Order: sequence, then C-alpha cells, then structure tokens
Amino acid sequence: MNTAALALFGAVFLACMVEAVEATTIVLAAGTTRDWRSALRGVGAGLVVLAVIVAALGPALSAVPLRPLRLVVGGLLLIFGLQWLRKAILRASGYKALHDETQIYADEVAAARGADRRSRAGVPDWYAFTISFKGVVLEGLEVAFIALTFGSNQHDIPLAAIAAVAAIVVVTAAAVAVRAPLARVPENTMKFAVGVMLCAFGTFWGAEGAGATWPGSDAALLVLVPAIAVYALSLVAVLRKAQQRRAVASVPTLAEVS
Amino acid sequence: MERLRAFGRFWYDFVIGDDWRIAVGVVAALAITYAVSTTSTSAWWVLPAAVAVVLPTSLWLATWRRR
Repeated sequence: MNTAALALFGAVFLACMVEAVEATTIVLAAGTTRDWRSALRGVGAGLVVLAVIVAALGPALSAVPLRPLRLVVGGLLLIFGLQWLRKAILRASGYKALHDETQIYADEVAAARGADRRSRAGVPDWYAFTISFKGVVLEGLEVAFIALTFGSNQHDIPLAAIAAVAAIVVVTAAAVAVRAPLARVPENTMKFAVGVMLCAFGTFWGAEGAGATWPGSDAALLVLVPAIAVYALSLVAVLRKAQQRRAVASVPTLAEVS
Repeated sequence: MERLRAFGRFWYDFVIGDDWRIAVGVVAALAITYAVSTTSTSAWWVLPAAVAVVLPTSLWLATWRRR
C-alpha cells in the first residue's frame, strides 16, 4: 500500500470510527431502554439510506472531470477539516468540554424513558426506530461524503469503502463486547488526526482545482500533513497557556478574600 | 414550511458548521488562488496561508466569547 492509499485508508477509517462511536451510543440507548428489535431496524434502514446515497453519488462523482471535482471537494474537505480541527483544539486546550459518551448516553436514556411507546408501519416501537435511524444517517452522512470524495479523488472508492466498513465492524464489535457506551475511545485525538488529514487533503486538492501547481506534485502532501499537525498542536499549546493564565488570574488573592 | 426550514438548517449545519467565517475564508482563498493562478506567479501558497490565518482567527473568536 503506497503513502496516498495509506493516508486514504487512515483518514476514512478514523473519521468513520469517530462517527460510529457516536451513532453506537444513540443506538445503545434506544435499544437498552426501549426495544432492541425496533432500534436495530432503525440501524438497518439508516444503513440502507446511506448505501443508496453512496451508490448514487459514487458513479456520479467518478463522471465529474477531475479539476472541478477537486475544487469543490477540496473546498468542502477544507471547511470540514477546519471545523473538526477547531473543535478538537478547543477541547484539547480546555475551552470546550471533552465529548463525554457516558453523559450523552445518560441524556439519551432519560429522553427515551420519557417518550410515548407507539407502534407504526409494523415497527413495535416507533421512537426507538426513528432515534436509531436518525443517529445512523446523520452521523454517517459526513463519513459517506469523506469516503466518497477521498475515494474518487484517489481513484480508489473500494479502498475507502473497505476502510469505512472496517471501522464500523471494529466499533460494533467493541460495543457488543462491552455492552456500554464506548467512553474510553480517544475521540478527541481521533478527531484531531482526521481534522489534520482533511485540512491537508482539502488544501492540496482545493489549490489544484483552483489552478495552482504544487512544488513536488503529490509529495507536497508529505509536507502539508505534518506542517498542519505541528501548527495545530502549537495552537493547542498557546490556548492551554492562556487558559492556565485565566485560571490563575481568577483565583482570588488573600487580600481579596479577607 | 417548518420541514423546509429544518432541511435548510440541516444543510447549513452540515456544510457551514459552528463558524461561518471558516467557509467564507475558504471560498475567498479558493477565489484568490484561481486569480493568482491566471498570472505568472505561483498560487499554491494561498490556501496554506489561509489555513494559517483562518484557524487561529476562528479559535480566537471562540475563546474570546468564552471570556
């Protein structure tokens, strides 16, 4: 597997893992508190919708000429990447609470317990079905986009699909094994890594699509990925220091207390 | 009407996300890259420079609001 293929696999696998953990938390809450059959039907329906989107968009993306495709996809990936990285940096520096799957699970369970139980369209518990369905579709849409665009730009949609399926299998197996929300997954670190990859590939493809030529061609990615990672880590360090200074400044002095 | 609004809100959240300035910055940087690429100057540096400016600006605005 060459560097580009490895980067494609890694980015799709990590992005899919992060979203799969979030979807699993929602499905676990709906299944354990309401009805497993309805929740799993919701998962199935959600996966079918995602598969239809991928099947419809995959060949369509392959038919688009490479330069406009790279311009649009590069721009969108860069926007997504900067948003992921922004969130990960704010969490790593203490300005935003870390994603807490245990708390999210508790909130989902509380909401599920309070909802009415209604049967609809042959589904025993419509609430469990719709919550699972929405969780899978909404969390999966971004991953489907990442997998498709990475795959089509690298001319390797099958490899992107394998990475996405592998991540779903790993997360599902882990969730079945522990039968609890996957709170120990280092979600922020994974989000940080995916943010770096999306920014690097978005920058590379976006610039090419807009007519720029990279010095060193594809090898420029080998500079872009570590450069963006180091830059983002330095921003974390700067924000952490500012946060610590704020914490020290907000502690009242002895004279103020007395 | 409410469904249409929810649909629009979903796509706004999906594409634009928490800070609209990031999307505006990226689109502007792509336009500048295109404009520079039509001249004899190389244009590859525009997007990395935009990342170097847009990310800390967005972070600064987010942390400034929390102060």
